[in-house]
Amino acid sequence: MKGKVIKYDQDNIDTDVILPGQYLKLHDHAELGEHAMEGMDPNFHSKAKEANIIVTGKNFGCGSSREHAPIAISACGIEAVLALSFARIFYRNSVDGAYLLPIEIDEKTYASISENDELEIDTSKNEVKNLTKNETYAMKPFPDLISKIIKAGGLFKYKP
Amino acid sequence: MNITEKILARASGKDKLEPGDVVFADVDKVMLHDVSGPGVIKTFEKLEKDGVVKVDKLFDPSMVWVAEDHFVPSAEKISAENISKLSKFTSKFGIKKHFKYGLGQYGICHTLSHEEGLVSPGELYIGGDSHTNTTGALGAFACGLGHTDVAYVLLNGNLWFKVPETLYFKINGKLPEHVMAKDLILKIIGDITTEGGAGYAMQFGGSGISDMSVESRLTLTNMTTEAGAKNGIIEPDQKVFDYLAERGVTEYDAVYDDDGAQYEKTYEYDASELEPLVAKPFSPQNVSVVQETTGIEIDKSYIGSCTGAKYEDLEAVAKILKGRKVKVRTEVVPAAISIYKKAAENGLDKIFLDAGAVIGAPTCGACCGAHMGVLAKDEVCVSTTNRNFPGRMGHIDSKTYLTSPLVAAASAVTGKLTDPRDL
Repeated sequence: MKGKVIKYDQDNIDTDVILPGQYLKLHDHAELGEHAMEGMDPNFHSKAKEANIIVTGKNFGCGSSREHAPIAISACGIEAVLALSFARIFYRNSVDGAYLLPIEIDEKTYASISENDELEIDTSKNEVKNLTKNETYAMKPFPDLISKIIKAGGLFKYKP
Repeated sequence: MNITEKILARASGKDKLEPGDVVFADVDKVMLHDVSGPGVIKTFEKLEKDGVVKVDKLFDPSMVWVAEDHFVPSAEKISAENISKLSKFTSKFGIKKHFKYGLGQYGICHTLSHEEGLVSPGELYIGGDSHTNTTGALGAFACGLGHTDVAYVLLNGNLWFKVPETLYFKINGKLPEHVMAKDLILKIIGDITTEGGAGYAMQFGGSGISDMSVESRLTLTNMTTEAGAKNGIIEPDQKVFDYLAERGVTEYDAVYDDDGAQYEKTYEYDASELEPLVAKPFSPQNVSVVQETTGIEIDKSYIGSCTGAKYEDLEAVAKILKGRKVKVRTEVVPAAISIYKKAAENGLDKIFLDAGAVIGAPTCGACCGAHMGVLAKDEVCVSTTNRNFPGRMGHIDSKTYLTSPLVAAASAVTGKLTDPRDL
């Protein structure tokens, strides 16, 4: 996959800002998308028209187990989040529900990627190419089971 | 193996497991509520539409229970529809344990898990809510998940788990009079940070834990979620067995650490040295002693949630409010009807009302900023809940200070953040 970057240069972006609690009663994916990142970035929707990758710091998606969080940002076209680390339930939800790819990167890669950079992600090679800066970074390989679930298209399509 | 590894080993039919192993394990109990429930229903609808699965029956409806807690009482039509959908779902699939608002016992899902004795020592319990970790205080592996995973368990009875490394918190000494378990867990989160427990099992033990009531222990495991932990857990003891026996639960296979059980890291705390603490906006790790924040003016004191509205939490609040008046709006929201009832039987409700506080029906509403008392712009709240992220309890420019029930009550009386020792 290939696309432009929205960069949130901060740690601990929590599910309450990704999808505020008042919208937990919603379950339609498109409706949830309308409120994505409402708690922290009023310009998210205009940015997401151009971009499909979020790059951010440590512990992305911490807080509640709401699957609404990956659903909401994926409904806006986000296909991958590159982060220094992920909160465990957000990570599981992203993979098991097949909403987006949660990709772990290192500090150096994180520092190298800027807002609006165009990236090309090749999970088969565990590689992220920065087409804007003509650089190539390594991504942390997915653990075996995660990789299989992603390939299957989510937990329900995976046959153990 | 330690208790977490042993429960996962038993549930996956293995003789031995090590941290990092990935297994499919049989789940004993599953919880869903009025947010994750409709999420599960939506997931099933989509999977059926896409021809991935056919959902005509559940793996075992008797392992499932359902709580109406986040959006009750329904403030508008969408919430009402969700509750209605949930009722149709539980009756269609034969789920008998559905705790309904306004129909006898109901309350916050995590509170029901222990109040009703729904989860036993040694069990593998998952729930569609992050604070499912709470119930690990009964000696179970309890872990929160999203609704796709919950849906998978409902159909298959099992799920994949990565065996976590364990952080062991050895607690020595007794909590001083004005200090509660909430202060201890805030201290720990302040020390290890909100990512310090990420993916780990956080296990508590030591003489300080033996001394603690079951309800206090539940406060500790509840907020392991805020440290990012996969589960919080405490080896069961006679206090847990008695607690469950009072609820008619006597048969289970309790699990304990083996001799020589391994932990990734051990931390030691002396509970007797603790002071009343507060987590300042906007993170549960932003911890300082209440003494350093006294005088911050507040608009509201909130006593509620799975963290801070169990019976002993209400008792602590009553101890402070007895014979005093609140200076700011104060909401007491018992975490379950059984707790509300016990409070009423023991005269706590009169103490709260005489003090000028309001008592609300059990709900998660205000804690997650959904309804039933959300904060306005620039309002400041002292709260016995578990999270204080931006906008968590209402307006994005409101502020929440997380404290023990004692501090929340003392602050209600003065209208400022207050150390209960200063009253």
